[in-house]
Amino acid sequence: MKPTDISDPNYFHKVVDCQWACPAHTPVPEYIRLIAEKRYTDAYMINWHSNVFPGILGRTCDRPCEPACRRGRVEEEPVAICRLKRVAADYKSDIANRLPQIPKEKNGRHIALIGGGPASLTVARDLMPLGYEITLFEKDKLSGGAMRTQIPRFRLPGEVLDEELNYILQMGVNCRFGEEITSMRAILDEGYDAIFVGTGAPLGKWLDLPGHDEAKDNIHTGIEWLASVAFEHISSIGKNVLVLGGGNTAMDCCRTSKRIGGEQVSVVVRSGFDEMKASPWEIEDAMNEDIPILNFHVPKRYITENGKLVAMAFEKVRKEIDADGKRRLVPTGEEPAILACDDVLCAIGQENSFPWIERDLGIEFDQWEVPVLNKSTFQSTHEKVFFGGDAALGPDNIITAVAHGHDAAVSIHMMCEKQDISKRPNPLTNLSSQKMGIHQWSYDNDISADFRFAVPHADKQKTLNDINIEVELGFDEQLAFNETMRCLNCDVQTVFTDKLCIECDACVDICPTDCISFTQNQDEPELRKNLLAPAENEEQDLYVSDKLLTGRIMAKNEDLCLHCGLCAERCPTNAWDMHKYLFNTAKAENACQS
Amino acid sequence: MSYINKPKFKHPQMQANDIGLTRRDYEGTLTTLCGGCGHDSISAAIIQAAADMSLEPHRVAKISGIGCSSKIPSYFLSKAHGFNSVHGRMPSVATGANIANKELYYIGISGDGDSASIGLGQFCHIVRRRINMLYIVANNGTYGLTKGQLSATADLGSKTKSGEESQFDNIDMATLAIELGASFVARSFSGDKKQLIPLIQAGLTHKGFAFIDVISPCVTFNNTDFSTHGYKNTWENNVALSGVDFVPLREEITTSYAAGKEKEITLHDGSVVHLHKTDNNYDPTDKENALHHINEHKNQGKIATGLLYINQSTSDLHELQETVDKPLNCLGNQELCPGSEALNDINNTFR
Repeated sequence: MKPTDISDPNYFHKVVDCQWACPAHTPVPEYIRLIAEKRYTDAYMINWHSNVFPGILGRTCDRPCEPACRRGRVEEEPVAICRLKRVAADYKSDIANRLPQIPKEKNGRHIALIGGGPASLTVARDLMPLGYEITLFEKDKLSGGAMRTQIPRFRLPGEVLDEELNYILQMGVNCRFGEEITSMRAILDEGYDAIFVGTGAPLGKWLDLPGHDEAKDNIHTGIEWLASVAFEHISSIGKNVLVLGGGNTAMDCCRTSKRIGGEQVSVVVRSGFDEMKASPWEIEDAMNEDIPILNFHVPKRYITENGKLVAMAFEKVRKEIDADGKRRLVPTGEEPAILACDDVLCAIGQENSFPWIERDLGIEFDQWEVPVLNKSTFQSTHEKVFFGGDAALGPDNIITAVAHGHDAAVSIHMMCEKQDISKRPNPLTNLSSQKMGIHQWSYDNDISADFRFAVPHADKQKTLNDINIEVELGFDEQLAFNETMRCLNCDVQTVFTDKLCIECDACVDICPTDCISFTQNQDEPELRKNLLAPAENEEQDLYVSDKLLTGRIMAKNEDLCLHCGLCAERCPTNAWDMHKYLFNTAKAENACQS
Repeated sequence: MSYINKPKFKHPQMQANDIGLTRRDYEGTLTTLCGGCGHDSISAAIIQAAADMSLEPHRVAKISGIGCSSKIPSYFLSKAHGFNSVHGRMPSVATGANIANKELYYIGISGDGDSASIGLGQFCHIVRRRINMLYIVANNGTYGLTKGQLSATADLGSKTKSGEESQFDNIDMATLAIELGASFVARSFSGDKKQLIPLIQAGLTHKGFAFIDVISPCVTFNNTDFSTHGYKNTWENNVALSGVDFVPLREEITTSYAAGKEKEITLHDGSVVHLHKTDNNYDPTDKENALHHINEHKNQGKIATGLLYINQSTSDLHELQETVDKPLNCLGNQELCPGSEALNDINNTFR
């Protein structure tokens, strides 16, 4: 193998598994250390710059970081990254004086944002401090988009939502709420310098089965029904409720039903329990509220009596893998299951919808009616029109929408500055030694062996009776501290200087997880097999040095490194040193600085 | 020394051995030696060797004297028996322990100061008495614990870090051991675990006195370009007379070896040591030949390593003394005080 080029900004970034997995690349270990020091406000601001909605995401994020967490590879469970983010939000002090200054004198450019969700608000957050004038259109009376309409208040309290939306709106965004855009042509005619579309995926899918027309008063699509509950247009539901679908929306629907009159609420899914799309923790929360989940039930028809929905019929199926390895659902031949119900909530998916964008404006759509975009600039085929969030690439999650917003803001700023938006600005990186003394580091390398701490919940009887009581209480300070000590500090990198190495084996002997080997150089597949312990996880790189005195090389398997720094503590020549690697994606403010 | 303990997390694919222990279970406390000390690699080699052999830690006794080397037993097999004795007196304690309980594995750890200076007399006598043990000298050619004076194993012309040159020829511990009747003598290098680990396994399995002289650089006081015990010199001038493989009894021998250069030695318990000789004229079972090769390499500024000499036909102390089968510490009152009749019988034999 060739020696590893650690000057590539992605090399050490990839070692920080959580940050690498985060769509917005939040510097996770850095803020976790700050929480350990009780510097909650500093931790919050790191999050705020990176993911814009720390308090919201600390409760609702899909947490792509957690399955990636290295702790899950050396122990049972990852660090509770998401809930630590909430800790930063819960315990911070006033941040008013840390928010960016908004120039009184504007730069003369005017941007329209369509849809008031996380993607649009991120664009506003990034461009307002640069002097842009921004007008935000939102069809509802309040902003927040899916964060307000699709996430129930018992998971995300209104005050938390409003606080973080207001940090942005109060920068001086022109809010045109309650105003539904019906024509893109009209918006283009208003002469904005750029238009950002963040209208989400607002169309819930229907399940059109026999009996639908007669029963339709009691059949609802999940996201629209949740929005009606959020805006208090709906405050009750029948006693028997069936929720169709196995995603997070289904989990929110069933738990919401339970709180506004549903007594017998069940979730019914076509495929197997372990194939459900919902996050495991959301499934767990629903089951903790005594909501049964019936799997392998394929909905067949709505059953009505006297023009009113009374039940649904389901075909029972089982999973089979055919000769091609394809999974099929095969009827078991049993009697169909008839489940009594007063209301049915369809949470079987959602789609983007752009009936308001005229098709002769130069904005192209593909065969699935999804806009044709450049995936790094988020520019459409119309130079001035950008898309982000669910509107861009289909339904995903909040943190992805935020990441799109940051990238689109960079593009808009570069375009306004007449720069080539395809030349993306470099990330901001810093690599610096953490050595304080011979065996002392500026980070706490004495990690804890504790298992993951559970977040305390409010009393079930209380929360099930009031839709506005938050179920999760969040970590208290002590629990939060204990959880932070589980973080392995993967951003503190082991940096190797081959010229200093005397091949004494001190690092090999001390490494708790057998990451380091000194061996003859080979091609990567052979090298992976011939290390002190085989490196089977090919998603994780090998860190390979140049030739050493004996002709061997140093090869380190990044996969299981605990970043404990013992290799560097034992190294007599400082050939190993621990360097903290800070990586931040470039935001609009960092673009156009050359 | 480090301020933190070694994290307990281990490689998830680390396999347990025949008695259900992983290598990590054979560790001791975290080392307090200087970072880069060869002695730590000796600990690591012993840990690996013991884990691979599925040794039961409670069946091992580790005994040492004084010096950096003699701290090593703290850093491996924390569940084994241990005795840190007086300077140079490890052989006496090891002899006593071995006589009392011949059923343990004895690992004596000493250094060049402990064994070649203050304890040289003790060393000579334990070799002569053929105690069944593995005796390791962590040899760095310097008195590291007293800040880097020349030791008795420092080669003629080798210099201390402060520039003092050795005016005397060195005591070669391996040669000395062969001459005094050791039945297993090896030399190795702390940096070369591929060689050191099988030698430790073979030495532990060998019945009789096994001795390994391990060049173990002192990174703080004797790792200069003008020292013959530093990493650089040892890497460059280390000549393995043979490659060593140790195959425990329970494993099937699957490797086939080319004729001529290969030698297979079956130890008393049926385990096999394979030697892949790099020099055709070398014969590790011939005492004179072994001494000749060691000296010849030394005259060229080279260090001969590997299994230098082995003799499986000698008896250990217990066999020579015809002690009872049962370990002496297990004998009960009845056996130790058989009564006046037995005494009379004994007295009668002298009449």
